[in-house]
Amino acid sequence: MRNVGIVLRRELASYFATPVAYVFIVIFLVLAGYFTFYMGAFYERGQADLLSFFNFHPWLYLVLVPAIAMRLWAEERKSGSIELLMTLPITRWQAVLGKFLAAWLFAAIALALTFPIWLTVNYLGNPDNGAILTGYLGSLLMAGGFLAIGACISATTKNQVIAFIVSVVICFAFLLWGFLAQMFSGWAPAFVVDAIASLSFLTHFDALSKGVIDLRDIVFFLLVIGAWLAANTIVLDMKKAD
Amino acid sequence: MIRTEELTKLYGSLLAVDHISFDVAEGAVLGFLGPNGAGKSTTMKMIAGFLAPTAGRVTVFGHDVESEPLAAKRLIGYLPEGAPCYGEMTPAAFLRFIADIRGLKGEHRGRRLDEVIARLHLESVLEQPIETLSKGYKRRVGLAQAILHDPKVLILDEPTDGLDPNQKHEVRALIRDMAKDKIIVISTHILEEVHAVCNRAIIIAHGRILADDTPAALEARSERHNAVSLRLAGVTSETACAELRTLPGVASVEKGVDGHLVVLPAGGRNLLAPVGRLALTRGWQVEELVVERGQLDDVFRQVTTRDAATPQETGA
Repeated sequence: MRNVGIVLRRELASYFATPVAYVFIVIFLVLAGYFTFYMGAFYERGQADLLSFFNFHPWLYLVLVPAIAMRLWAEERKSGSIELLMTLPITRWQAVLGKFLAAWLFAAIALALTFPIWLTVNYLGNPDNGAILTGYLGSLLMAGGFLAIGACISATTKNQVIAFIVSVVICFAFLLWGFLAQMFSGWAPAFVVDAIASLSFLTHFDALSKGVIDLRDIVFFLLVIGAWLAANTIVLDMKKAD
Repeated sequence: MIRTEELTKLYGSLLAVDHISFDVAEGAVLGFLGPNGAGKSTTMKMIAGFLAPTAGRVTVFGHDVESEPLAAKRLIGYLPEGAPCYGEMTPAAFLRFIADIRGLKGEHRGRRLDEVIARLHLESVLEQPIETLSKGYKRRVGLAQAILHDPKVLILDEPTDGLDPNQKHEVRALIRDMAKDKIIVISTHILEEVHAVCNRAIIIAHGRILADDTPAALEARSERHNAVSLRLAGVTSETACAELRTLPGVASVEKGVDGHLVVLPAGGRNLLAPVGRLALTRGWQVEELVVERGQLDDVFRQVTTRDAATPQETGA
């Protein structure tokens, strides 16, 4: 666990060593604000909740989270520092987990900086703060799911642009399994359609964003993260040398 | 001790390392020589635990690099080819990161950091991002990282590449200083470096070991080993050539520029005495006389090109 912490610290510091982190955070906050107030009609709805804020998170993350994840391994492979990292006395799991947690923590920092909107809604009305907290938890879990996908894809290539594009496509599929499943509904048995639909991030995020804590949704995201990180370690082992 | 047993690496259908076996004991500074693409780096990557061998195994002080990777990696300091680092970090932050991962603690940690920074003269660049440093400094940051935990085994892939002559000299002095109680494996293109720091040299080409000996013994394999190079006055070079050829043990005589003659021995025999006697009895004036030791370069070419001509020679 100590090694995970060391890798995490180095990785997180490297986000902030370049302007990328600040650019990212600013863009995230501006877009989140824009979506909430204009497209989500925050004021016009006249509701003391953050539904119009959380509703756009899946789409915001679809583009922004792969941008955080794309450098995690692709850059190491391109610069060759992966050879250094993998010959230090740490396990592959520790490296994978440390990097993932650093990216997740970075996403959490960006998310936490949206706190003014929480202040706003509390100033304007009496929202259910428990539901808002659940929404934040759901949002963070979903970001983790996207990040785990992005980290794994990043390990397959030296090229960050490729990592970004492929990650966006896969994340998009994970968002929309529900819609995709509808296409099979004509001929596939109902349980298959349901099974595919149940893999959708949107389905699981929806309930959380409304403040409904269902353990299954939380477990779903944790399983997605675990599975993609496991894939990440395997990919790393296969591809690190080319 | 490092031991490799039948170490083999296949990249697709390309056989990069072909059943290499050798032992290296403490106190050895082993130089890996070989043309580009010979399998030097691949072998070092397998010893350092970055690449898994296709077949065979590596043990470092009894720890199998594949089954006990952490135990083996703790004993090893590794400088990968090209000395890759985290470019956005400063040397100070980078070395602190390595110190933490290597589990250095407290006073010892501070002392090792100070020592290594002083040893590699990194004081002036400690707070600059590594990507802004010159090639020489980058290489030294990489070396600092490798020796930080005072490892028993040092694997250095082209440690002096990109350094200026003064820096090369310093790095070689550093390697010699550390050699006493360590195992050091370096790869290099620069043959004089083998002379300067190594007490053993392995020549690899096409993934196979072609020669494994001390640098001096390798030089003795040169056809110019013990050749006598001389310049004479009071005799035409044709006459001298003809006479020298008749001496027992002389393989051939080469004529160089400005009347230089090189007497090549058969079987590496020392020809100084017979050549000297001949010159004395004939009354030649000897203006210059040198016994050549043979060049590692020649041996390297002999060994590696002979191999290229008959690649199936040692198929087994």
